[in-house]
Amino acid sequence: MNRREGEGGSRRNADAAQDREASAQSSSPVIAAFKVFQQELDTKHDKHERLVKISRDVTIESKRTIFLLHRVTSVPNAEDILNEAELKLDAVRQKIGQIAEELRGEDIFQFHRAFTGGIQEYVEAASFLHYIRHRSLISLEEINARLVFMKSEKEDSEGLSGGLSGGQVLTFQVSPSDYLLGVADLTGELMRMCISSVGNGDIDTPFQLSQFLRQIHDGFSYIGNTGPYEVSKKLHVLRQSLGKVEDACYALRVRGSEIPKHMLADVFSSRTTHMEPEEGVV
Amino acid sequence: MSVTEMFSHIQGFLSADQDIREDIRKVVQMLEQTAREILTVLQSVHQPSGFKEIPSKCARARELFCTVRTTIADLKTKFPMEQYYRFHEHWRFVLQRLVFLATFVVYLETEALVIREEVAKILGIEVVREKGFHLDVEDYLAGVLIMASELSRLAVNSVTSGDYTRPLRISNFINELDSGFRLLNLKNDPLRKRYDGLKYDVKKIEEVVYDLSIRGLTKEAETTGGDK
Repeated sequence: MNRREGEGGSRRNADAAQDREASAQSSSPVIAAFKVFQQELDTKHDKHERLVKISRDVTIESKRTIFLLHRVTSVPNAEDILNEAELKLDAVRQKIGQIAEELRGEDIFQFHRAFTGGIQEYVEAASFLHYIRHRSLISLEEINARLVFMKSEKEDSEGLSGGLSGGQVLTFQVSPSDYLLGVADLTGELMRMCISSVGNGDIDTPFQLSQFLRQIHDGFSYIGNTGPYEVSKKLHVLRQSLGKVEDACYALRVRGSEIPKHMLADVFSSRTTHMEPEEGVV
Repeated sequence: MSVTEMFSHIQGFLSADQDIREDIRKVVQMLEQTAREILTVLQSVHQPSGFKEIPSKCARARELFCTVRTTIADLKTKFPMEQYYRFHEHWRFVLQRLVFLATFVVYLETEALVIREEVAKILGIEVVREKGFHLDVEDYLAGVLIMASELSRLAVNSVTSGDYTRPLRISNFINELDSGFRLLNLKNDPLRKRYDGLKYDVKKIEEVVYDLSIRGLTKEAETTGGDK
């Protein structure tokens, strides 16, 4: 019995404890009701924990994909890296499939906080890859279109889906605000890519990137503070990234006309090294 | 799709979302108004004269719950039902207050803990999520905890008004609630924080019971038939 410690002694307490014991019989309707609540809350918390765990995995794998993609600027066979990144993202999508599985029949906003971080990171990785491939912004529809999962027959035979008929379609919808936040993070990656490509003596990419970043920046300014609170916070960082990229382009333009092309790389590799610490702050 | 198109697409979504929130806020404001009215009606039980009027006060409160039901019915039409949790924050607070008021009314009438289904019925909502606008279990529990602290206040005031038996009954009731809450494995969330306050309510009521029993006031009440 859950007798409360540390206040015993007087007869009053003995009486109270007796009363409590009597009233706390499992037959009491209150206790019976709370047993139901216990079960309900535990189920909910367990699901939440599972989702947090999957979301962390999604975050880690997406981050690794982004690091991998940053190598694209410095190697000759970019296609290999892109394919490898594609494979990694497929694995991430499988994990998101697990999230969709957990959320089946649930209100996804009830558990949204558990997985929003992972989803944002995934959007960042997927849109980064898309940009490198196509030089354009992946749309929300394109992202969602890739998050459709078929429940395979094999899983069914193992009874994982609880005896539901095979070939069931599960979808995961990225919410517009998660998409926006992911795209805001993307700009940071693009800034890094810009600086490192300058370092590699690539003259075109920085200009493309600055144009693209400017478009995104304009888009965010258009949304302004109608969006969720986090978006306006990220807008500040976005502005800083854009500033860095524009400065780099400016320097390229000014010095590019003075320094012979083959020496540019040397100029910028020294410049990047002293820009690096700043990045860490952001 | 160009970047600009993409952003105006998202912007469209965001402003639609904001409109919904605006509508919800308006209705929730009305709910809060009614909740305050009910609270004012029920507060009079703390007055010395209020104890005799408990049945009439409860009847009045129940009338006001009719308004609550129509307002909630209005709220239900403001957003798609499967997105309950997306806008949950807007009505969470007022819903907890209403649960408190409903449980308090029923406690005053019957001196028993009202079950979740009954509260949902009083508010004109559902219990299970699948059926629509429902009463989340955490909101229900939070409301019950608000009632516990109200009862500890009532115990004190009933002694002042000369009703010496009520604190004993409240004490039993709160103890039962306390052992109920002990069954739950709460996470470190707002509900847990509120639950942590329950022990002070229990303590307070035990003190009142102690004061009464040490002066033999409970015995006296029992021999005179427990009626004040």
